[in-house]
Amino acid sequence: MRVGILIRTWEFEVKAESLIRIAVVAGFIVLIELLCRSGIIPSSVLIPPSAMFTHGIDLLRSGKFDHDIVTSLVNIVAASIVSVLLGFVLGLGIHALPSVRRSIEPLLSSYYAIPTFIFYPVFIVILGIGSLPIIAIAVMLSVVTMITATLNGLDRIPRALHKSAQVMRLSRWRSAIYIKLPATLPYLFTGVKLSVAYAFIGVAASEFILSGSGIGYAIGYAYNNFQNDDMYSLMLFVLVLVTLVNSVLNRIDQRFQARRRR
Amino acid sequence: MKTRNSHPTLQVVESPGQPAPKSPEAHVELAGVTRYFAKNDSKELLHALGPIDLTLTRGEFFSVVGPSGCGKSTLLDAIAGLSKPSSGTVTFEGQPVNGVPDGVGVVFQEDASFPWLNLRDNISFGLRMAGVDGAEIWRRVDYAMGFMGLNDFANAHPSQLSGGMRQRVCIARTLVLQPRLILLDEPFGALDQQTRLLMGDELLRLWRETSATVLLITHALDEAAMLSDRVGVMSARPGLFIDIVETGWERSRDSRVVSTPRFGEINARLWEKLRVESLKVMGAH
Repeated sequence: MRVGILIRTWEFEVKAESLIRIAVVAGFIVLIELLCRSGIIPSSVLIPPSAMFTHGIDLLRSGKFDHDIVTSLVNIVAASIVSVLLGFVLGLGIHALPSVRRSIEPLLSSYYAIPTFIFYPVFIVILGIGSLPIIAIAVMLSVVTMITATLNGLDRIPRALHKSAQVMRLSRWRSAIYIKLPATLPYLFTGVKLSVAYAFIGVAASEFILSGSGIGYAIGYAYNNFQNDDMYSLMLFVLVLVTLVNSVLNRIDQRFQARRRR
Repeated sequence: MKTRNSHPTLQVVESPGQPAPKSPEAHVELAGVTRYFAKNDSKELLHALGPIDLTLTRGEFFSVVGPSGCGKSTLLDAIAGLSKPSSGTVTFEGQPVNGVPDGVGVVFQEDASFPWLNLRDNISFGLRMAGVDGAEIWRRVDYAMGFMGLNDFANAHPSQLSGGMRQRVCIARTLVLQPRLILLDEPFGALDQQTRLLMGDELLRLWRETSATVLLITHALDEAAMLSDRVGVMSARPGLFIDIVETGWERSRDSRVVSTPRFGEINARLWEKLRVESLKVMGAH
């Protein structure tokens, strides 16, 4: 009964938190809308959120940016897949070689101090113009978070689970598939979630400087040509897309985290 | 075979360092088992355990008590085949132990349940890995769940259960494999006193029904005194048996023995030896 009351209290608090969060975002949107509509913020600087939305719907209907959207999505998916798989394999390798790990770990922990985008000329020289250098930069940006997540997950497998595998006389392979992988999965998924987020950032930012197509390129093009409605609608589209993807990943992540509680 | 007196008296083996006598009933035999560990960042070796000579007879309930860090878990790991002794031999059913032998089950102090599986899948895991036939798996799992009082939680995940319930899952997971030797490394260490007493009763019931040999590592003297046929008291590091006490309890015993004068006698005897060793450990810090 007490547990029931505690759960109900917790659910109420979570609902209240969600409502407050939605209210803050909605309040901010309404404020921007009012400031734009009243002319305090001129339309040359910012268009009202409602105009961004309606213009965005029109753009999607017209298919004006379909090619850019598809290009960006393909690049993001490719970068996410490569960084997740590469990060996982590198994580496994580094974990299996403790001496290598000891020497590499300081580099991994300071990796995100490097502004990856400064290497874009190198990628153009090596990979040419097109999707490849964009995917390469996005992978470079996102792979290390997957390596770190893999190492973290493997480190956190409880000793009792390793011993249980031994007691059940499982082979190394079966132990890896049936015990280590599921035990590591919640941590790996956190890595997947972050890698996808970094892949979004990497692709969109690279398209500004490296590409002749893609959402990033289209936003840059609209900016340079004073097409504020296109620019802001595309920004809104990216925000909505990122929020949707992140919401789905968060929901899956929460399920994993709930199982992880011991 | 060990004799169990109907009017038990306290028997103490005063020379446990001597090799245990070879017996046709010997289920587990340790001869000169010693374990050294390398100290961190040093070539110096730490003498953790032994030499230990010990014989467990088939169907016996043997407990090991000793001060912290005396090598109790190291001893269990050596018997289970989870680690190799630096010297000496361990034999199980007449065969030298190299790796975990068939017929050995281990319950750890830490929660070893698999958080991604529900209770039924947790308990059946070892059987599925061993390739046991489906109908037989569910027969054994249903029995074990009923035995451990887990029927109402078949589809729950470990994160939804208390520590005591999770430990039951781990015991049930071992039970379904029908081990002939059950090794328990402080399985009730994280539980409250009442739950420990009741879990002790369940363990005794399990021991009686399976006729397995049981080796229990524990910090709790009362637990050892209540559950065991014999209790081995270990010295501070390097761990050696300094006393082995025969409790003389009937096989049909349960937690009610704690209210008998004899229980107090056994406890006092264990504490008398252990107190000195625990003081040594405290003095060492």
